[in-house]
Amino acid sequence: MKCTVNGQPQEIDDVWEGESLLYALRERMGLPGSKNACEQGECGSCTVYLDGTPVCACLVAAGQAADRDVVTVEGLAEDDELHPVQQAFLDAGAVQCGFCTPGLLVATHDLLEREPQPSDPEIREALAGNLCRCTGYEKILDAVRQAAATSAQSKAGPS
Amino acid sequence: MAMEFLRPATWDEALAAKAEHPGALPISGGTDVMVEINFDATRPEYLLDLTRIEELTDWSADGERLRIGAGVTYTSLIADLADRLPGLAMASRTVGSPQIRNRGTVAGNLGSASPAGDAHPPLLADDAVVEAHSARGVRHIPITEFYTGVKRNALEPDELIAAVLVPPADGPQQFAKIGTRNAMVISVTAFGLALHPSTGTVGAAFGSAAPTPRRATKAEQFLAAELTESGRWDSRAELDPAAVTRFGALVAEAATPIDDVRGTADYRTHALSVMARRTLVWAWTDYRRKRVRTCA
Amino acid sequence: MSTPTRTEQNLGADIAGGVGESPLRPDGTLKVTGEFAYSSDLWLTGMLWGATLRSPHPSARIRSIDITEAVRTDGVYAVLTHDDVPGDNLYGLEHADQPVLAGDVIRYQGEAVAIVAADHPETARRAVNKIVVDYEVHEPLTDPEQAVFDSTAPALHEGGNVLRHLPIRRGDPDATADVVVHGEYEVGMQDQAFLGPESGLAVPADDGGIDLYIATQWLHVDQKQLCRVLGMPANKVRLSLAGVGGAFGAREDLSMQAHACLLALQTGRPVKMMYSREESFFGHVHRHPAKMRYEHGATRDGKLVYVKAQIILDGGAYASSTPAVVANAATLGVGPYKVRNVSVDCYGVYTNNPPCGAMRGFGAVQAAFGYESQMDKLADALDMDPVEVRTRNALHEGATMPTGQVVDSAAPVEELLERVKAMPLPPEPNASDLDGYDLRLLPGGVSNTTHGEGVRRGVGYAIGIKNVCFSEGFDDYSTARVTLKVNGGDAVATVYTAAAEVGQGLVTVQQQIARTELGVEQVVIQPADTGVGSGGSTSASRQTYVTGGAVKAACEQVRARVLRQAAKHLDLPASQLRLHAGKIVSADEAVVAAVVDVLGGETITETVTWRHRPTHPLDENGQGNAHVQYAFAAHRAIVDVDVELGLVRVVQLDCAQDVGKAMNPDAVVGQIHGGSAQGLGLAVMEEIQVSGGMVRNPSFTDYLIPTILDMPPMQVDVLELADPNAPYGLRGVGEPPTISSTPAIVAAIRHATGADLTRVPVQPHHITGTP
Repeated sequence: MKCTVNGQPQEIDDVWEGESLLYALRERMGLPGSKNACEQGECGSCTVYLDGTPVCACLVAAGQAADRDVVTVEGLAEDDELHPVQQAFLDAGAVQCGFCTPGLLVATHDLLEREPQPSDPEIREALAGNLCRCTGYEKILDAVRQAAATSAQSKAGPS
Repeated sequence: MAMEFLRPATWDEALAAKAEHPGALPISGGTDVMVEINFDATRPEYLLDLTRIEELTDWSADGERLRIGAGVTYTSLIADLADRLPGLAMASRTVGSPQIRNRGTVAGNLGSASPAGDAHPPLLADDAVVEAHSARGVRHIPITEFYTGVKRNALEPDELIAAVLVPPADGPQQFAKIGTRNAMVISVTAFGLALHPSTGTVGAAFGSAAPTPRRATKAEQFLAAELTESGRWDSRAELDPAAVTRFGALVAEAATPIDDVRGTADYRTHALSVMARRTLVWAWTDYRRKRVRTCA
Repeated sequence: MSTPTRTEQNLGADIAGGVGESPLRPDGTLKVTGEFAYSSDLWLTGMLWGATLRSPHPSARIRSIDITEAVRTDGVYAVLTHDDVPGDNLYGLEHADQPVLAGDVIRYQGEAVAIVAADHPETARRAVNKIVVDYEVHEPLTDPEQAVFDSTAPALHEGGNVLRHLPIRRGDPDATADVVVHGEYEVGMQDQAFLGPESGLAVPADDGGIDLYIATQWLHVDQKQLCRVLGMPANKVRLSLAGVGGAFGAREDLSMQAHACLLALQTGRPVKMMYSREESFFGHVHRHPAKMRYEHGATRDGKLVYVKAQIILDGGAYASSTPAVVANAATLGVGPYKVRNVSVDCYGVYTNNPPCGAMRGFGAVQAAFGYESQMDKLADALDMDPVEVRTRNALHEGATMPTGQVVDSAAPVEELLERVKAMPLPPEPNASDLDGYDLRLLPGGVSNTTHGEGVRRGVGYAIGIKNVCFSEGFDDYSTARVTLKVNGGDAVATVYTAAAEVGQGLVTVQQQIARTELGVEQVVIQPADTGVGSGGSTSASRQTYVTGGAVKAACEQVRARVLRQAAKHLDLPASQLRLHAGKIVSADEAVVAAVVDVLGGETITETVTWRHRPTHPLDENGQGNAHVQYAFAAHRAIVDVDVELGLVRVVQLDCAQDVGKAMNPDAVVGQIHGGSAQGLGLAVMEEIQVSGGMVRNPSFTDYLIPTILDMPPMQVDVLELADPNAPYGLRGVGEPPTISSTPAIVAAIRHATGADLTRVPVQPHHITGTP
């Protein structure tokens, strides 16, 4: 099976195409960043971009990802520079155990692409598919607000 | 473990594959099918991937109805069709999570035919038609004949859902769903309502309160008659509170729910009557304000 | 041997910040880039996958197990049953009463019967399905009251079904009062629902021993149990902490540890086991369900005269930590109130329900739902404000607990309540404006069940009490090894403990302590493993206290040596020197030397085993100084309830908590947020539903935990009233916010609805009154 993951062409043998994309990423491509926490689309920990759309990788058959473009948490940072969303999660204390973090980062990245300045209810509706058991979500909201502010600043450009 | 993955590039190839392997399980968004596979609950001999067939993701006007391709996701439906299919769009907004809505489809809901599928009540209230294709030809299945039992539907083994045909709203529509969480929740019970001023009829249907999604026929007939006989379709006068109550009671009467892990039968019946009353009041308020786009 | 991680796990990042500051987590960058190695991410070439066969019956006798077909499956390397356990086939935290693999008796649904190792997880699962077990199915004992009081009930273990009965007797048992309120309350079975399911990797070693990489809360208690099961000495059973995806109590007991080790030793290959979410529900203990009867007597002016209580905790099939949970529920059973006359009977019992043990709040959660519901009932009976009735009876420093223990540090019960009460309230909903609604802010959310109809607002208060650290005379200690040496021209400290970071931020706090005590910036946290003495459990809100105490003590010894050395070089008394910012500073604030120069090429290492002050067992009347420290948090909940549909939206949840010393203020607030959210879950949605001993909802589809749309904004007020007995004056933080959040939310729902809600989680039909 061939596909592109985080900009790199990937070719994997032996893939059983009914396996989930999540299994293929984690166990066959050596990309364990996307997390397996429920395998039924109820937690969002495995959220990845598939052709630019955030999806639960556990619910995509590996064969469905053939010739498609996949971006995982491992693909958010550019070079050694954290993406502003990653930096904001770190700075805001939105990471405790961190198991939900990869999925939340992708979901937040997508939200801010679509809506650079979301209201709190918009943030909540957009992230309602990502369960977190540690933080009570307050600092996740802080992180999303911070990331939105940072992006707005950087878009405004240096004065 | 052997399970073959079929990846037809065209619709004709898909139909041919389904004819050759009637046991093949179609997969599109995967939001139901992959759960079954991940949990080892099903191991079909063939998985039939429909995501390569681009035309399935289109919707278009088809005479009096909108034709929603089997690959149209809930997210697209909400973005593109909320004005013409408000009931279905409201239901779509309650499906799972954003990630699920990005992949899941109305056709998938129909294929699974779970009594808890969120799309069913609005499809029933809207008199939708399922367009089933096979190598043998095309069959239009009225939605009321589609659900045949718990997680069973009227498709023949060689048939695939190509599209669902839904008339655009000719009056106000509403959808309400009970869940014990404020997001990402499977319905305890759900209710869909469509008022059809152009024909003087009413669509009212519910989910998770009978072995199949079901229309509340007596409630529909009662309300249609009440609105017609009282001249309210034309006068748009306020509803008679007694009629609202009666409508709620008739909806509840149509339900035959059970106690299960998500709720009790009595609560489901009670909640249906409340949702029926409330959604009727909201729909009628919309109608009185002529907010609703009419095609008549 | 190669390590089973795919990225270097460097916890030595250069982050400044000492005690009282909020530096970033040293594992944070790895966590946001997806490189942090959780136990489920571990990987070695040639590793096998393990899978477990579990009993479908809650009570049965095994007549036979036939593994023939499973063994024959291609790709299967081992199929093991109880016959293959080399040591004792029993484990348990306090009582070793649980078989590693069931021999003849099945005591709960999901009990492990056989294990398989294969080259692919699916192959392993398929082989599991080929094992044929002949069960003689029995009627399960599922009613905990029957287990206690019905002498004809079958005994599930030798010694009967009462695992522990703890009576607390204080004052006059026949005291009477002007106003008496009775109540019966129930708490459902809550799951910790950590996001990272049980997993680990066992690697057979050349010396015949085993290396286990594992997500756990307590490496050494795992090791102790594994030695017994494997029949090996401790030096052959080495455990390393893998990345932990949350714990909350669920990783205090063994899950797949022994199974993976058995399979690895049998096959001579690394074996990874990773539970699915469904298996996770069967693979760990849960919060004890409780049935509680309370009677409170008070004077007409609201002073408590007596409290009588009976608390029955369903421990399920095996002991786990039930005896300690019983101790908490009993000793904290009347809450943070002064009561002269107390009679509490708390029972922990065996049934054929799923085993229960540790979960955040640990016995104090259940009791708090009972006593706080009673305080509200008393307020109603007296027509008194619910905060007023609490403050009139508030515990304070110097007061006596029902165990006779005098509270010897701050107990700001009244102040915490007053602080939450004084916080700003959210704006009232405008009921008449049915157009101005945002569904996301209404009960039912986007499911569109109300536009304001039937919605009523309620406000509720609660306060809870929790013991911090292990109690009742337990030898509770932690070990820290701190090294200081020059590396790359800088003084670098290394902190080495076996204490488990589970997400709470212990690694951050350890660095902060070392920076503060040693005056260095660079602090490396060495991976936790059993190569150093026990750190004790990451539970009982104890790690910052005990492991923090150990790190502080080890740093002090290292510092003393550095200063002694400096004193010798400089010919100054060591007592007049201190360490600051990599320098030796004299009493007159002059920099007299650099630490790097004093150290030279030397490495200073100190290992300290640190204990908090001793606790004592309880006597036959439940009297004794059983606890080290008490911690308190108060909540105010504001809810909107759709009273016709019984749907709830928590609008705001506010908390005030005394933490003694906020070691890392941001992390403290994070604990309060997270703990409060788990209490919210128990209040309105979370329950493992068990019927006839069978779990009905082992999935995230039907075991619901709060989403970001369910958790409201919080206002948090952190008090710092130092406890002179504790390092830095700190007070354990993790558990108190989970305790009072549940009863505060239920009180608010009662206030909104008038319903007499006696069970959590509150379900819609409890509110609507439909059966």
